[in-house]
Amino acid sequence: MTAAAVLSIRNASKTFGQRRALDGVSLDVAKGEMIALIGPSGSGKSTLLRSISALQTIDAGPGAITAFDGPVQQNGRIDANVRKTRTRIGMIFQQFNLVGRLTLFTNVALGSLGRIGFWRAALGLWPAETKQAAMAALHRFGVSDYATQRANTLSGGQQQRGAIARALVQKAKIILADEPVASLDPVSARRVMEILRELNRQDGLTVIVTLHQVDYALRYCDRVVALKAGKIVYDGTAADLKREQLIDIYGPEFEDVFWEGAPT
Amino acid sequence: MSVPSSAAIPPPPTRSLAQRLPDLLVWGGVLALLVIAFHPAEIYKLPLLFSNSQNMQQFGHEFTKPDWTDWRTYVGQMWLTIQIALWGTGLAILVAIPIGLLAARNMSPPWVQMPVRWVLNLIRSAPDLVVGTIFIVAVGPGPFAGVMALAVNTSGVLAKLFSEAVESIDRGPVEGVRATGAHKLHEIVWGVIPQVAPLWTSYALYRFESNSRSATVLGLIGAGGIGQLLFDSLNGFAYQRTSAIVLVIIAAVTLIDMLSQAMRSRLL
Repeated sequence: MTAAAVLSIRNASKTFGQRRALDGVSLDVAKGEMIALIGPSGSGKSTLLRSISALQTIDAGPGAITAFDGPVQQNGRIDANVRKTRTRIGMIFQQFNLVGRLTLFTNVALGSLGRIGFWRAALGLWPAETKQAAMAALHRFGVSDYATQRANTLSGGQQQRGAIARALVQKAKIILADEPVASLDPVSARRVMEILRELNRQDGLTVIVTLHQVDYALRYCDRVVALKAGKIVYDGTAADLKREQLIDIYGPEFEDVFWEGAPT
Repeated sequence: MSVPSSAAIPPPPTRSLAQRLPDLLVWGGVLALLVIAFHPAEIYKLPLLFSNSQNMQQFGHEFTKPDWTDWRTYVGQMWLTIQIALWGTGLAILVAIPIGLLAARNMSPPWVQMPVRWVLNLIRSAPDLVVGTIFIVAVGPGPFAGVMALAVNTSGVLAKLFSEAVESIDRGPVEGVRATGAHKLHEIVWGVIPQVAPLWTSYALYRFESNSRSATVLGLIGAGGIGQLLFDSLNGFAYQRTSAIVLVIIAAVTLIDMLSQAMRSRLL
């Protein structure tokens, strides 16, 4: 792990039955990077993100994932202190994963669960600091009007902005976004991507986002990492990703992965 | 079309005898059981319902003239029965929440969940009346024995229903909570409970309904409440008093049913 690296993945593999979702992936992420993780369906993008926040284990063996110099998991075992590390990693999901019956405000306040007292967290006695942080985050993303509404009554774009607000209340230093725009309409999708970009540029957060739309990856991210059948097949700047590499990653029908026109 | 037009249309699917055999065995078995049980269950007495109808008429006639002299006692005892059901259900809910979570496949490891389920099956298989008798021996006759009898059986049923509700939740929101660095208990409080709350409440209310009926029956073995009055008056052939008691029970149980149904339909 270099001095500036906040995240280090070493030789991570994951097997589901016969299928190798990850096949010896190694990746270093420096503080303040904005990385797009691209690749066809089933290439291991989501598996990689879920392994970084220890929502699943990687295979036993030499594989290890380290964040902020603390182990997340190694040798197929999640580290005992993973909750400490998780509080610094915000996770955004394709299906938002807010708790539908709770209000948007409560969902966002849940971001503070890992850093407030055990009983306060269990009983929902949010400290004033949490309440203020939650409203500030909702206001910043333009959804504070819906604070008292149940999450499941909101549109996808509103829910996703709530989910990002939760990561902000969490005071996450790394944001992992797993297909954050795949369930959204193009307008909401652009809004969410712009928010992620803003968090990266203004707040200095490290962002890793998996995307189906390669044009979004090229437009919003500096570095692109492409996975294919669980292996990294491209790791470089967005500008250097050319037609030949895209054909190599996605096959001859690679234009399908662009929403707004493929490069020529 | 990918199929050439000259190809013959395949025949409709048929089921061979071997495929139909399990069905035939099951239905034949059920039929055989009913035939075997015909005599022991005295089904041949079915015509008596009509030939002895004057007995029914006499019984019914007395019932149309309920004796309301002791109505205060009946209402008081009915209220006692409802209170037995309230505490029986309340205690059961307190027990069923942790046990239900432990019995859910997506919450506990198999070495916890399997034995818990096994114990739950055992508890559920013991009828209220048997458990009630045991508690009457243990704590003496009276409402508390009734409360405990209901609580034990209802814990078993509710824990099973609660665990099934937990098994059907969406794990996405739970992962959303987990990803914030929350403690396992916080995942349950904020990720699981909000998802199952409507179903759990609905099940608990439903059990309260049926417990207010069961509590009546428990009076038979001396667990107090209106049931005891009912059986005393029935055994004394005081049909007019019995009629009044039955009417009180029907009114109370219907009221509880209606209230709890109204609450449940608002929940879901």
